[in-house]
Amino acid sequence: MRFLRESFIIFRRQLRMNLRNPAWVLIGLMQPVLYLFLFGPLLKPMAKQFGYDNAWTFFVPGMLVQLGMFGAFFAGFGLISEWRDGVVEAERVTPASRTALLMGRLWRDLLQLFVQAMVLVGLGYAVGMEAPARGVVAGVVLTLLVGGACAAASNALALTTKSEDSMAPIINVVMMPVLLLSGILLPMTLGPKWLERTSDFMPFRWIVDAVRSSFLGDFGNDKLLWGTGWAVLLFALAMWWGTATFRKENA
Amino acid sequence: MIEARGLVQTFQSREGKAKKEVRAVDGVDLDVAEGEVVGFLGPNGAGKTTTLRMLTTLLKPTEGTARVAGYDVVKDSVQVRRRIGYVSQSGSTGSLARGGDEVVDHGMLYGMSQREATERGKQLFDQLDLPGLWTRQPKAMSGGQRRRLDIAMGLIHEPTLVFLDEPTTGLDPQARANLWEHIADLRRRRGATVFLTTHYLDEADALSDRIIIIDHGKIVAADTSDNLKAQVSGDLVVLEVSDPDRVADAATRLESVAEQVTVDGSHASGRVRRAAKAVPGLLRDLQAADIDLESIEVKRPTLDDVFLTLTGRSLRDAEASTEKADPETSKEK
Repeated sequence: MRFLRESFIIFRRQLRMNLRNPAWVLIGLMQPVLYLFLFGPLLKPMAKQFGYDNAWTFFVPGMLVQLGMFGAFFAGFGLISEWRDGVVEAERVTPASRTALLMGRLWRDLLQLFVQAMVLVGLGYAVGMEAPARGVVAGVVLTLLVGGACAAASNALALTTKSEDSMAPIINVVMMPVLLLSGILLPMTLGPKWLERTSDFMPFRWIVDAVRSSFLGDFGNDKLLWGTGWAVLLFALAMWWGTATFRKENA
Repeated sequence: MIEARGLVQTFQSREGKAKKEVRAVDGVDLDVAEGEVVGFLGPNGAGKTTTLRMLTTLLKPTEGTARVAGYDVVKDSVQVRRRIGYVSQSGSTGSLARGGDEVVDHGMLYGMSQREATERGKQLFDQLDLPGLWTRQPKAMSGGQRRRLDIAMGLIHEPTLVFLDEPTTGLDPQARANLWEHIADLRRRRGATVFLTTHYLDEADALSDRIIIIDHGKIVAADTSDNLKAQVSGDLVVLEVSDPDRVADAATRLESVAEQVTVDGSHASGRVRRAAKAVPGLLRDLQAADIDLESIEVKRPTLDDVFLTLTGRSLRDAEASTEKADPETSKEK
């Protein structure tokens, strides 16, 4: 109870500040919209080539995971400026649970992600995506898990580096291979075998595959199982790391 | 209220390629009684903030123990946190949030209800001269207002022990004097025990019952300001002699009551124990010898003199040298 209350106080504070500065929320929303309208049409004529009748049903799930990952990767930047303002220190000197300090921030990130996901799915349906409701629900839940993992990791990284200048390159280094090897934009099956095998080692590819198959309404294959497994594992690891940094005495 | 024994904090720092262990705090013992206002004085990088962070449970001591407000800072950190208020050097409010919201949220993290925290917060805003700033963003406040807002944050849960880290650094003289009033009020009106760090001598002198001086991570003195100053051998007496030829004579007379007598132009000066008692006799002596004075000045020793006596360098020199020797002083914060 106490934990939920404390998380809620932090969450409410974060949300209040975000709503007061809606530019960021709008930029976050624009990103998937732009991808959908400026990149989606390029895929349309190619969809048949990689075994999809409907390009949107292929593309929207990928966008969803990308949104979950990349939006959340940047969550930590806000924490650095909060740390510089002394807010983190002020919160750590209260008796509040250290995990609640992280959790409240994650809730805000997840709420933002959820709203963005709804917009994306809504637009997807509007342009002609075909996906069963339960598949979309499963896909969004997976996206939220991935987003939570990335946001927790980003917060942990922020408190470890405490500087935008050292955090930005790290995020870039992580983002490039994730983007290229997870098959978000184009399916990995298009490429040569060695590239496809390499992408087997990219956990996010399994998650993208899982969200795609759930959007297709295909719950019977082991793709969904693998993807969910990876998402849960990443989430657990990131939560552990995030809590550890908030708990660490000299954060 | 505070009882620390053998506190040590070490950091790893890099000097070129070699890793070096820095003992930022090196065996600190502290005792602070209930209701005391204690000034923790030392140059930048002496270990003040690090000590404070250990006492406020933000940093785990490498060695040693501390009991604060009756609880061990490591084993019962949550109990300690409930009872203390901490106003950090860097401030404590988000620049995008609003003053009132920050204070209420902070109170709620201590378990207060929203109504309770709002009521108390508004009271504090009144008492700390922050009228009409409830909905203003901290970035739109003056330095002094922001500092008072930080203090309101630290007092929202009515702590019995308040830690203030460099409360007036960076404020203009007027805002400083105003803040001093409010700090003095912490005890006067709330009976709180106050532990404040500062590298301003006048601040420690003006606010505290007792002063603890730290240098290079070690406590070098702990006493009342008057007693510390009494350790310096006396007050400085400066005689300005009308006839420059008689300065040497005046200096000889001065030597009968003073130590370390020096002559500079038409001035003779020396350290006199209990000058108030010795000066009348000295004046009679000078008059009898027919030496006229332009002026006589008696200066009480300052804490800077104390620091000089204890460490062999003045506080200002100490600041300059630590900055040179340790470019990473900011790491400590």
